[in-house]
Amino acid sequence: MSKTQEIVKKITGYHLFWPLFCLVIVLLFNLIKTPTFFDITIQNGVLYGYLIDVLNRSSELIILAVGMTLVVAASGGTDISVGAVSAFAGAVCIFALGTGETYQIPYIFGVLLAVLIGALCGAWNGFLVAKMKIQPMVATLILFTAGRGIAQLITGGNILYVKVDSFKRLGAFLPGVPIPTPIFIAVIVVIVTSLILKKTALGLYIQSVGINAKAAKLVGLNATVIQFLSYVFCGLCAGIAGLIITSRIYSIDANNAGLNIELDAILAVALGGNSLGGGKFSIAGSVIGAITIQALTTSLYAMKVTADQLPVYKAIVVIIIVALQSPELKKWMKHMRVKNSTQNVERVVEQ
Amino acid sequence: MIKKVRERLDGNSFLLMITILLFIALYIAGVLIFSDKNFGKPQVFFNLFINNASLIVAAVGMTMVLITGGIDISIGSVIGMSCMMLAWMMEKQGMNPVVSIVIVLIVGGVFGLVQGFFVAYLKIQPFIVTLAGMFFARGMTAVISSDMISITNETFLKIANSKIYLPFLAIVNKKGNLVYPYIYPSVVIAVVILIVAFIVLRYTAFGRSIYAVGGNEQSALLMGLNVRRTKLKVYVLNGFLAGLAGFVFCLNSCGGFVEQARGFEMEAIASSVIGGTLLTGGVGSVVGSLFGVLIKGTIESLITFQGTLSSWWTKIVIAALLCFFIILQSIFAKLKDKKK
Repeated sequence: MSKTQEIVKKITGYHLFWPLFCLVIVLLFNLIKTPTFFDITIQNGVLYGYLIDVLNRSSELIILAVGMTLVVAASGGTDISVGAVSAFAGAVCIFALGTGETYQIPYIFGVLLAVLIGALCGAWNGFLVAKMKIQPMVATLILFTAGRGIAQLITGGNILYVKVDSFKRLGAFLPGVPIPTPIFIAVIVVIVTSLILKKTALGLYIQSVGINAKAAKLVGLNATVIQFLSYVFCGLCAGIAGLIITSRIYSIDANNAGLNIELDAILAVALGGNSLGGGKFSIAGSVIGAITIQALTTSLYAMKVTADQLPVYKAIVVIIIVALQSPELKKWMKHMRVKNSTQNVERVVEQ
Repeated sequence: MIKKVRERLDGNSFLLMITILLFIALYIAGVLIFSDKNFGKPQVFFNLFINNASLIVAAVGMTMVLITGGIDISIGSVIGMSCMMLAWMMEKQGMNPVVSIVIVLIVGGVFGLVQGFFVAYLKIQPFIVTLAGMFFARGMTAVISSDMISITNETFLKIANSKIYLPFLAIVNKKGNLVYPYIYPSVVIAVVILIVAFIVLRYTAFGRSIYAVGGNEQSALLMGLNVRRTKLKVYVLNGFLAGLAGFVFCLNSCGGFVEQARGFEMEAIASSVIGGTLLTGGVGSVVGSLFGVLIKGTIESLITFQGTLSSWWTKIVIAALLCFFIILQSIFAKLKDKKK
């Protein structure tokens, strides 16, 4: 094997190569189609531009994807309730803060309440999955169905608005800061999570539980607690995402807040090169996956695709990306390549 | 004797029993509570089938996919797309209803074929494949038309609205006339599909191989079953049934719009789970799924009859029931493990 081939192999073998490759392709495509895509301007003291928009809009998806990654890694299943939990947490927060001219309770309590609700929902899911040994998707189907129902119960089926201005800050801009707040929150969540996973052995524990829960138990890991904690964390992330979602529109619509975002979060995990079967995982991959999804959405909007036709293109890109990462397809292509080369050799020999 | 009964009532059929008993209990409760509002009329019972005909068809397909250990979350979108296609072909293109229906069924089957190929042959997780399918079908619905299309085709409406009176369970109404309960053709389709699926799953080699593949793929392979082809066939069948469910849905709604049947897949999954299907594969029956659908329908009509409760209570009650069944299943699974 020549040296360049070796280098190529080393690069393509890097676990984040494919996710990054897909993101770059999506961005390059934009460079050709929408030349203004990479322009960043400052208007009214805040940053504007497609790229900023992509990062801003992908914030809640990144947060959810981080939580989802841990759930997938530890339990080999997905948490489909995060969208409903976000709506639930947002509804509780706004209900507690009230819809008057001033807050009923201090703002920080509202925020804590939302995060707490998220964590409690996560704990319920975790209890069902880790302790009762129920398949993750079925267990989270309960809150998926009930979450929006309970949220509607709280809001009385109405859309509640918050009139206090400071509520918008979380989803828009802090005074005097040109970068949207959601980006900060997403960065904090990603950094804190990575630090916890890197500095403690938790990351390793989650992987070993995900690869083989029984074996992990035999070496003395408490698989139940680790799975439980991953669900609590995922719920917590859903609570934070719910806060951002409600703050963006300073209102809660229990039926539509975070609708289908769980699917995008799962997709982000898969696009990041993580196996949905559990085990090895990469937070960075999921973050890249989330940004890819949002970049795709934003670029399609930039190309004047209407919102309801958008899923078609999304589906096509998803299936191409996932098929590219499929080991079966790679095996097949390798097989073809070997076949071709042996045929060439035979031809040479015949000559 | 008791031993025999106990043997027959192993965990799974016991769960099915509970599902059926719960349905009966719910229904009797409805009859007793709302006796003044005529909940006990036979027509109310048949309305369960009329309102949920397409869900029954969809749940049958879903049950088969779940038994193989897979999942298909695209069916809600496929149903929406089928309705839109039917409406568009008949209204905008002036096509014959029969031809349109055949095309919809074929498109459903092809949709299943593509998804099945990705799942069975490229070994991509079914959740992701059908997620892409879900996006694609929903988007295509909007591409066909983003406005609502109502169906005015006479032949189609005739099929949709032809009441079939049943020759039994007649009651005497206020005027003293005999009134027979009626159903629509959609119910006939649903019941036929249910019976066929029951027979196929129970008595054919294909049906048994579905269970074998879901129970343990490795063993099925070693037994000489063509695991890939079985899976592919199931997805094709499910796609076809989703198309058919779309047609049945359209018989009820007589129109197509983008947001139609959103979340239908989760209702189908919930019905299957309440009916005793395990998402890990290998266990499940279409009869259970039927009762899962009927329980959901009964809760809905109880809430409608009550009158003052808001629609979101349906979601909460169904989730509570789902919770009850899931925990019951897990307890049984644990008991079984202990016995071993």
